[in-house]
Amino acid sequence: MFLVKLILTRTKTLNKSILKRRDLLIGFATSFLTSSAFAFSADDATLLVGKVVGEINSVISSGKSEQAMIVDFEKIFAKYADVNIIARSALGPPARSASSKQLKKFTTTFRGYMARKYGKQFRTFIGGEINVEKTTDRGKFFEVSALVTSSLYFTPFDVTFRVSDRSGQNLFFDIIIEGISLLSSERVEIGALLDARKGSIDRLTNDLEKLG
Amino acid sequence: MWKTRNLKFFMIITALSALLSACTNVLPGAQGADPFEKLNRKTHEFNKNLDRNFLGPVSSRYSSVLPDPIENSVNNFASNLRLPGKVANNILQLDLYAAVQNTSRFFVNSTVGIAGFFDPSGKLGITVIETDFGETLEGWGVGEGAYIELPLLGPSNLRDSVGRVVDAVLLDPVDYILVQPEANYRTAADLSSLLQTRDALRDQINSLFNESADSYAQARLIYLQNRRFKLEDVSSETYFDPYEDFE
Repeated sequence: MFLVKLILTRTKTLNKSILKRRDLLIGFATSFLTSSAFAFSADDATLLVGKVVGEINSVISSGKSEQAMIVDFEKIFAKYADVNIIARSALGPPARSASSKQLKKFTTTFRGYMARKYGKQFRTFIGGEINVEKTTDRGKFFEVSALVTSSLYFTPFDVTFRVSDRSGQNLFFDIIIEGISLLSSERVEIGALLDARKGSIDRLTNDLEKLG
Repeated sequence: MWKTRNLKFFMIITALSALLSACTNVLPGAQGADPFEKLNRKTHEFNKNLDRNFLGPVSSRYSSVLPDPIENSVNNFASNLRLPGKVANNILQLDLYAAVQNTSRFFVNSTVGIAGFFDPSGKLGITVIETDFGETLEGWGVGEGAYIELPLLGPSNLRDSVGRVVDAVLLDPVDYILVQPEANYRTAADLSSLLQTRDALRDQINSLFNESADSYAQARLIYLQNRRFKLEDVSSETYFDPYEDFE
């Protein structure tokens, strides 16, 4: 009797896992098909950054208040950046031991923090513009560089977007200004903030609401 | 022109920097090798206090007192006198294009631009092509070496620190020629130009010192990544690929 029960439950779980595997396979197949049908190309990357830059340009020339601009920047960031991956990478190794709830809350807070912090920086671009220059294939991702001309600086400077489709969508995951990576910089910053809070992601998330 | 003593000193420094940089590896993600972190952090505190208590207030005072055109002229004068040193490095790098451009700039600004106080070359599109002995060493295959924060001068690395010494001591033709009191005028102009630069960058510097959680680590990152970008030094992987963890 016990043996029968055991065999029955075994087959049940076996069926379940087969089902799961089949779902997974279908998922893989669809993603493979869609990605091969719409292969991510250099043109897509350029187009994406063109859109980002276009939207940033219209925000900085809108003449809105800084507060309103920051709201707009957060929308642009949410739409075109791989916020999940940037937030995870900024947390570094502690992200692995965080619960999905913690991670979700951190990611949303981080998005606002980024918009406030870098939105303020875009103020210096007022009266200037950003133009896409060239796109380079880096193997696993594309690098789209743009030139920023601003009345505030004598010489134009370089802003490079790193774009990838590795999380299923074409999104940018890093902005590099004159060689300085936003992702690297936030890894240092968030790492230091986390250290100062003895590694508590909850405390960090709480405090991040007020930072940036 | 060069005394043999100078040449020997030069060769020793070059050999030393090559040796030292061979000993230190560069870590990924531009964290850089930082064996001197403890000492560097002390220097960073010193620099931060110096900036807060002296350089910051003095530079903002300087810029508010002097009208912009005068500040710019003084800055033009100082940067014009730095050109011959850059030409020397252009030649050591066999970059003749840059050598010719920087030389033309020097001659036009020193004459038409009245001893370099004005910048007619800039209006003609003959802009300065920046370089230094650190870049020359990089071109010769010397690695950047350990990260160093220098007192007063700020972030650097072993190679660029050596470069700074060589530029100041050996590769500055103007220094061989100028006598007193002109040499003093030059020093004054250099200091003024430093104050002007500090004031122009006040937002960035203040936010670095006051708003970042670890201004030392942030300054290190900014210096290393920006320097590699300027030298087009792609030999060391500077950036993170955040997707790698999931593949």
